[in-house]
Amino acid sequence: MTPVLADFLASGTILLASALLVITARNPVHAALWLVLAFFSASCLWLLAYAEFLAVALVLVYVGAVMVLFLFVVMMLDINFERLRQGMWRNLPVALAVGGLMALQMFLVLGTGEFGAGQVVAPPAPAPGYSNTRELGLLLYTDYVYPFELAAVVLLVAIVAAIALTLRPRKASRYQDPAVQLAATKATRLRVLKVPPAAAPAPAEAPPAGEAPR
Amino acid sequence: MIPLSWYLVLGALLFAIAVTGIFLNRKNLIVILMAVELMLLAVNTNFVAFAHYWGDPAGQVFVFFILTVAAAESAIGLAILVTLFRNLRSIRVDDLDSLKG
Repeated sequence: MTPVLADFLASGTILLASALLVITARNPVHAALWLVLAFFSASCLWLLAYAEFLAVALVLVYVGAVMVLFLFVVMMLDINFERLRQGMWRNLPVALAVGGLMALQMFLVLGTGEFGAGQVVAPPAPAPGYSNTRELGLLLYTDYVYPFELAAVVLLVAIVAAIALTLRPRKASRYQDPAVQLAATKATRLRVLKVPPAAAPAPAEAPPAGEAPR
Repeated sequence: MIPLSWYLVLGALLFAIAVTGIFLNRKNLIVILMAVELMLLAVNTNFVAFAHYWGDPAGQVFVFFILTVAAAESAIGLAILVTLFRNLRSIRVDDLDSLKG
């Protein structure tokens, strides 16, 4: 067994084991940490397939940003996770049936019959000096430049949506609304009361002695 | 060299585990989001493997875009989850029945 195969088997085993722990962990913080391990093993697998840029991007974007976001949310909210796990294992038979059937179907299609070592010739190792990042960059900024800009727009929309969903305006803050100010008329602000002239005012009662006037 | 089918079988197993996880944690929105991330990881692994074996870096460009969309998806999903928890004090899927007549 070559070292590459051993690397693949080790990373793949860790990936599948950590994925199993993600879906069965009792504590969602632990689930998030197992998910970090899963992403890391997947990035090792991508390195074995010569996708260096994506492997590094997976660690930076997912482990560095998305999983931190998950951990923030899990720790910020005071959630009763025991209640969420009630009756969890009751779903196990149907879950295993559906998951197992899907795995079986994909084995039938993807197994060694069509995509095995005999059918698909392994590509030659890249020439020395080959840069995966350079090649991806050349593609991204020429053939895929419009999808690339659309991806930037998607990220912008995601930022705006996330802020708009979670922003709570401070109730204490006072601000002016120019539209309301301009729409104001005399009728909405000024009320003229007809006050009948009063009779001579009754003499005010003298305050009780000894009490200071307020 | 690693046969292509090993990558594909690994992706299939990872996807099946994620589907099982969605069924198991039917009530827990956070773990459902994590299982969706696992599914996307399985799909991306297939893309990377095919890009390598077919010698076509367009597959890797596709993974790049999937990563972008998945990051946006989880950010918005978590924002919805926070808003939901503020309003309902719960993230149980069974409690989200405000639209039920």
